[in-house]
Amino acid sequence: MRGSRLSLNHKRSWLGVAFITPWLLGFVFMFATPLIQSVKFSFSKLNVDPSGFTLEWVGWSNFNNALFVDATFNRVLTESVRDMVLNVPMILFFSLFSATLLNQKFRGRVLARAIFFLPVILASNAISAAEASGLINLVGDATAVNELGQSGSQYNVMAMVMILSDIGLPLSFVDYIVDAILRIYEIITSSGVQILIFLAALQSVPGAMYEVAKIEGATAYESFWKITFPLVSPLILTNVIYTIIDSFTGSKVTQMIFTTAFTTQNFGLSAAMSWIYTLIISIVLIVVGYFLSKRVHYN
Amino acid sequence: MKGKTVDILYALFRYALVTGISFIIIYPLIMKFSIAFKDKTDIYNPTIYMIPVHYTMDNIRMAMQILDYFPLLGNTLLFVVVTTVLTTASCALAGYGFARFSFPGSNILFALVILTLLVPTSTLMVPMYLHFRSFDIMGIIHLITGKSGINLLNTYWPSMITSATAIGLKAGLFIYIFRQFFKGMPKEIEEAALIDGAGGVKTFLRIMLPNAVSPMITVILFCFVWQYNDTFFTSLFMSEIALMPTKVSSLAAQANALLPGLLGVGGGSGVKADPNHVAMIIDTGILLAILPLITLYVVVQRYFVESVERSGIIG
Repeated sequence: MRGSRLSLNHKRSWLGVAFITPWLLGFVFMFATPLIQSVKFSFSKLNVDPSGFTLEWVGWSNFNNALFVDATFNRVLTESVRDMVLNVPMILFFSLFSATLLNQKFRGRVLARAIFFLPVILASNAISAAEASGLINLVGDATAVNELGQSGSQYNVMAMVMILSDIGLPLSFVDYIVDAILRIYEIITSSGVQILIFLAALQSVPGAMYEVAKIEGATAYESFWKITFPLVSPLILTNVIYTIIDSFTGSKVTQMIFTTAFTTQNFGLSAAMSWIYTLIISIVLIVVGYFLSKRVHYN
Repeated sequence: MKGKTVDILYALFRYALVTGISFIIIYPLIMKFSIAFKDKTDIYNPTIYMIPVHYTMDNIRMAMQILDYFPLLGNTLLFVVVTTVLTTASCALAGYGFARFSFPGSNILFALVILTLLVPTSTLMVPMYLHFRSFDIMGIIHLITGKSGINLLNTYWPSMITSATAIGLKAGLFIYIFRQFFKGMPKEIEEAALIDGAGGVKTFLRIMLPNAVSPMITVILFCFVWQYNDTFFTSLFMSEIALMPTKVSSLAAQANALLPGLLGVGGGSGVKADPNHVAMIIDTGILLAILPLITLYVVVQRYFVESVERSGIIG
């Protein structure tokens, strides 16, 4: 009896391994191997020749070049990280807000949801590249496009800055809000998946809790902060991490790493750059993950 | 009485907000529709905001010609459908394996799935490129033919291989979604199937998969859309194959080069296309490119939104 049970367990675990075999193969050959190679490349000079490539060990010089010799890498890197730090809270706030909004019952909710998730479908680097090139083609150069975009919003930013600072808000906070409003389209379009995740979380909050809170005399505001917020907080962590990762895909650093590799053919430098980048992202993720997971409420 | 007024005010405020945000989202789309049917003369008429005065199908016709639309669309759809099917299948398998079986190291392996999501694709880009330039697993091909592997660049193979092995575009997220869903299914169903004599594979195919419609729709839609829109891997591995994203991102250059010829002004290098007109064609081209996605979304969005609510994106 005992023996057959053990073997059944064994059989089960082999079956499990069989189920994940495709992934495991992929992981070993398409992820782990390239990852290790990428580390090697970052310490080498890579010479491509007709029969393949040869590596020449150069130690830390690629990292040195990326950090201290290359004129733009530092700037682009700090810009990308800064953009991420600014964007993540905005996207998070907006997506939680939208999800709460879409979770309420009102007529036309189905249509509103369909529209809110549309950016998930339409977020495409190809399309934004084509749009940008169309505009550049029209105006003649890239800086003009940026200026055009700013004046094109036809919104009196100064008036708003005045109002907000008159209320007595600190100037840096005012800057942040104004910046968010000017980039509302960008924020909305990168919030699709996050809204989905929050909405799924909100659906799982038992309705009875709100009823109890209502009977006890809680306002909508109170029940949001006392019930909704704690219960979706684990998903805030998920969303923060997703947003941070999502913000790399089209970032300037990624583009720079790409051009360094395939336009200037400097594979070693490109690998070093991408490892510096990966390292910084990992540090950000660890720090954010550590501080958020301490505050998250698990039930 | 007072409560009622507040309720109505709130409802109005909510409508204003939802309408406003919805408008911001669909405004570019409406603009593109309007531009697609505008005649060239309408661009220079400042009184026209959205509804064109001179309707024309010329823009659409020209954009289609420049993109070589239908062969391109067929090509792209075939490619995307195959990768989507492969990704969904391999991720469902892996998700089920991680959700329902415990084997030595299964937790560590699942942590590695999450790791694949976290490492920026740019880190793996160069080795992957070289890997597919001379593709050879464990030196088998070198052993047989003596050559240093096969060049798989500019073929469909790189994407096929990565999709079939659940390591392609955002596959980690899909495995995660499937795992969460299968974890939430009652264990009793499987036990019953086991007692009835169904093996593990049969249980999966006959019982678990048919129940997993909601995560399946989510994964299929995401995978399809992201694959369709992806420029990163397509430009890395398949820069010479005509696929929608690569073609669309170079639309401006192509429109500039081909437009004079299409208008019958002669394709000489001295002739430059009207930039406003080029911009129109680009907008129309973008619209043509995203039209299949919008159609797909309109068809599945109901199931999609419902399935997201029920599926286990959350823990």
